[in-house]
Amino acid sequence: MIETRVDERTVRAALADVPDPELPVASVVDIGIVHRVEVTNEAIRVELLPTFVGCPALDVIRSAVHDRLAVFDRPVEVAFTFAVPWSSDRISPAGLDRLRSAGIAPPVGPGGSPACPWCGSADVALDNLFGATQCRSLHFCRSCRQPFEGLKAI
Amino acid sequence: MTAAADLLPATRNALSLLLLSMADDEFVIGFSDSEWTGIAPLLEEDVAMSSIAQDEIGHARALYELLADVVADGRDADAWAYDRPPDGYYHARLLDHPRGDWADTIVRRYLYDTADAVRLDALAGSSFAPLRDLVGKLRREERYHLMHVEAWFERLARGGAEPRRRLLDALQRLGPDAGTVLTPLPTELALDMAGILAAPFPELEARWRASLAAAFGHLDLPPLPPTRDPGTARTTHSDAFRRLHEEFTLVRRIDPEATW
Repeated sequence: MIETRVDERTVRAALADVPDPELPVASVVDIGIVHRVEVTNEAIRVELLPTFVGCPALDVIRSAVHDRLAVFDRPVEVAFTFAVPWSSDRISPAGLDRLRSAGIAPPVGPGGSPACPWCGSADVALDNLFGATQCRSLHFCRSCRQPFEGLKAI
Repeated sequence: MTAAADLLPATRNALSLLLLSMADDEFVIGFSDSEWTGIAPLLEEDVAMSSIAQDEIGHARALYELLADVVADGRDADAWAYDRPPDGYYHARLLDHPRGDWADTIVRRYLYDTADAVRLDALAGSSFAPLRDLVGKLRREERYHLMHVEAWFERLARGGAEPRRRLLDALQRLGPDAGTVLTPLPTELALDMAGILAAPFPELEARWRASLAAAFGHLDLPPLPPTRDPGTARTTHSDAFRRLHEEFTLVRRIDPEATW
């Protein structure tokens, strides 16, 4: 099916369907990596902000964005930029809820301690500043005795 | 300056050398640290070292991409990373030592990360916008590496007889090369004149040594020696680096067209 109406709003709405490959409960829009969307008669240009400089998911994200925007039947250009540094403050409230529901605590500043995403307790220990992906850390809840992951504050 | 095309030739040369030194530093320490994957002394550290190594290789890639734009001779980031002979690399001699034991790794990371932090601070307001933007991003990540390595450095220093002895041994091996990260580049005058770097390297090195002296005093460690043979800080490489180079260029040599 070809979408006839193409503007920034419809493109952003379409991108809200593209999951983040490393945090698939949330979309690239939830995570706040969609920077600029420009629609002209010739092309759709999307600028994305890498969460981490060396994020290995960038190529996957680029091709997922291409695939999703193919419905608009217009050439798609995807670029990454550091002009605005991505920060964990860019994650939307809905995105934070989705992450929490998947057992990933929202980011708190370095040295700070997140609440347990399972039971809400503040009685948690930091197991490792580094986790399964560059953007996550490892924690343990002493109340419900469950391990959980946290998103690093960047 | 927002684009490489706006640069004067002398500035372009100086910036290229700076980017090459930073990219090679991050690439070599990242690759060395990745050697702990699977064999780190603790599972938590296996994860941490692997993640840090992945960050550093990513930083190296971004810096090589910037370098490729500035030099614009047709080489891409992979060509810069993999297609040079060992003597063509321009990393600091501190990173030329073999992996060694865990104390060597922690000391190398500690000395490098603290010096690199001073270098990144001096680039945070750089007149070359693409580098300034990238540095803004790198600093946010390096902060976590610093927190990690400072905790380990202190743990070894206060950890009783054997950890402390190993830390002192590692400092003796690596200490004379610690200053090589901030040894002046031959083109540094052009960097100052173009506003690319906020302060000359001798000033950065003095700043770094002062902050380290405070930390070492606090842990009752002997002061860091002056840099051995600063004239070859980035130009003469060890057999240990040649072996590392053999390994990290292996896939590229077998299949130059390989992609992820």
